[in-house]
Amino acid sequence: MNILEYDFMVRALRAAAFTGLAAPAVGTYLVQRRLALMGDGIGHIAVTGVGLGLLTGQSPVLTAVIVTVLGATLIEVIRERGRTSGDVALALLFYGGIAGGVMVTGLAGGSAQSLHNYLFGSITTVSATDVWTVIALALVVIFLALGLAPQLFAVCQDEDFAKVAGLPVRFYTLLTSVMAAVTVTVAMRTVGLLLVSALMVVPVATAQQVTKGFKATILAAMALGALASLGGVVTSFYVDVAPGATIVLLALAGFVVAWPVGSMLQHRRRAAAPFEVDPGLPHLSVPEAHRHTHGEDCGHVAVRHGDHVDYVHDGHRHAHHDDHYDEH
Amino acid sequence: MTTAIAVRDGNIALGGRPVVRAVDLSVRGGEVVALLGSNGSGKTTLVRGLMGLVPWSSGDVHLLGTPQRNFNQWHRLGYVPQQGSANSGIPATVLEVVSAGRLSRRRLLLPLRRGDRDAVQAALRSVELQDRQHDAVGRLSGGQQQRVLIARALASEPDLLVLDEPNAGVDHHNQIGLAATLRPMVESGATVLLVLHEMGPLAELIDRVVVLRDGRVTYDGMPPDDDSLDEFHSHHHSQQQHDGTPLARGGPL
Ligand SMILES: Nc1ncnc2c1ncn2[C@@H]1O[C@H](COP(=O)(O)OP(=O)(O)OP(=O)(O)O)[C@@H](O)[C@H]1O
Ligand SMILES: [Mg+2]
Ligand SMILES: [Zn+2]
Ligand SMILES: [Zn+2]
Ligand SMILES: [Zn+2]
Ligand SMILES: [Zn+2]
Repeated sequence: MNILEYDFMVRALRAAAFTGLAAPAVGTYLVQRRLALMGDGIGHIAVTGVGLGLLTGQSPVLTAVIVTVLGATLIEVIRERGRTSGDVALALLFYGGIAGGVMVTGLAGGSAQSLHNYLFGSITTVSATDVWTVIALALVVIFLALGLAPQLFAVCQDEDFAKVAGLPVRFYTLLTSVMAAVTVTVAMRTVGLLLVSALMVVPVATAQQVTKGFKATILAAMALGALASLGGVVTSFYVDVAPGATIVLLALAGFVVAWPVGSMLQHRRRAAAPFEVDPGLPHLSVPEAHRHTHGEDCGHVAVRHGDHVDYVHDGHRHAHHDDHYDEH
Repeated sequence: MTTAIAVRDGNIALGGRPVVRAVDLSVRGGEVVALLGSNGSGKTTLVRGLMGLVPWSSGDVHLLGTPQRNFNQWHRLGYVPQQGSANSGIPATVLEVVSAGRLSRRRLLLPLRRGDRDAVQAALRSVELQDRQHDAVGRLSGGQQQRVLIARALASEPDLLVLDEPNAGVDHHNQIGLAATLRPMVESGATVLLVLHEMGPLAELIDRVVVLRDGRVTYDGMPPDDDSLDEFHSHHHSQQQHDGTPLARGGPL
């Protein structure tokens, strides 16, 4: 069977690709601000939004966007005001969100199934207009996340410095939260509200195992997010499994694979990093005789040290000097 | 030259407690002033007040000739926070962090221009971190991270540079380096306010010393002459007269 012969699968793949790109783009900023679980919180609040949509007969995506943006703003206000009890206040908001959603859906007489679609995702049932909404919103989020990267990076990195640089810090923190809220609603049809946070955070965690810089991290995370999303949809087509859960499990699998690769890379990078140059180093020659000559393939790690190379030999650093080796 | 910093009867309260009290401080353009005082004397709070990071409860504050509440020439300010961390939840390269120093001069959505990149490279060079620019900041030592933050402040080519303990954790060689970096800036007219515990190699640049004690200015005048410098900074020095102004009992530092 060819997956592309089915319209609903093509729609699902499109929605998945854009969700997979947008979620980690915003997630990178949340992780940078050490608010990795913010997506989770917004996901809970979105449940009420969906419930309100089902109750009033409006599009649940629309009502969810409105409610989550309000919720995200409220979270920022709480964070700014009550430093100490912020944690608890957020928790109250989250639980209020999910309980409110379940209750409102009940009032609407909505079947368990309709809410279920949003909690766990139902990507294969998205309509053509839904897909275009998802793509449009995701594009806006991606455009902002990449276009405003220097500003958002500075604000998330060091708020005080950003203020002194004249950036409207409150506006940008609020913008990040609103982007997160929009992403959650975009992703709720793909991975579902309960798992959306995973798609925002896990690819970022995976990417930073191997990256050194911010730009590399956000781009790698977006690529990984898109890969996991597409992979999840394709897998669920051939094997009868829930796409949302498959997407998240694939993303997690990526993390498990990247972990050892990351620590190996890190080890290697650290081993190969040039030694600091200290011109006041006293001359110390190596007393013991060398049975071999250090060289390109002598088996000892060669590390750049100023204008020459040190060989790491039994925990010592040996450098060629005339007819002997120096201890550096 | 205009007055770079002018504070008249400035007060700052944190959590209801007065921390900076009735401070008068005036720094002329081109001057290099060291702000000294023991831990908790309010140096950081005063500096954060000047940078607009904490509100003044009362007082008249001017920055570069503008009342602080209307101040918007951010590109003319350089700020190195105390114990600032260059680290966050996401890895960032030295270059990325220092480039953030150009934000006050950049337009939205436009890439770094040539002049921006040159300024960033010059800042990196002056803290001797040019060859580490593609390394992750989190992998650098504490003193190296401090130098990254200094470079970030230098990158905006500021007229008024405020450094809160820039030499904390920085070795002697690099303290000399900071002095060498600041000298040409000062010569071309930049104003520098330094919070310090030890003047070290920066001493020769410093025109004036202001000592805070419990939130109040207790000394404002010439730095002590070279010979008494060490004594001035030793923790157990006896009461002494400096340029006729008596220092607070027990020594300010
Ligand atoms: N957020 C805060 N809320 C209440 N009091 C504070 C706060 N931050 C600092 N303080 C108090 O303000 C006083 C001055 O602190 P500040 O950080 O300005 O001192 P400092 O002179 O910079 O000290 P150090 O040499 O240790 O850096 C201290 O007594 C401190 O306990
Ligand atoms: Mg301080
Ligand atoms: Zn060898
Ligand atoms: Zn060597
Ligand atoms: Zn050897
Ligand atoms: Zn030798």
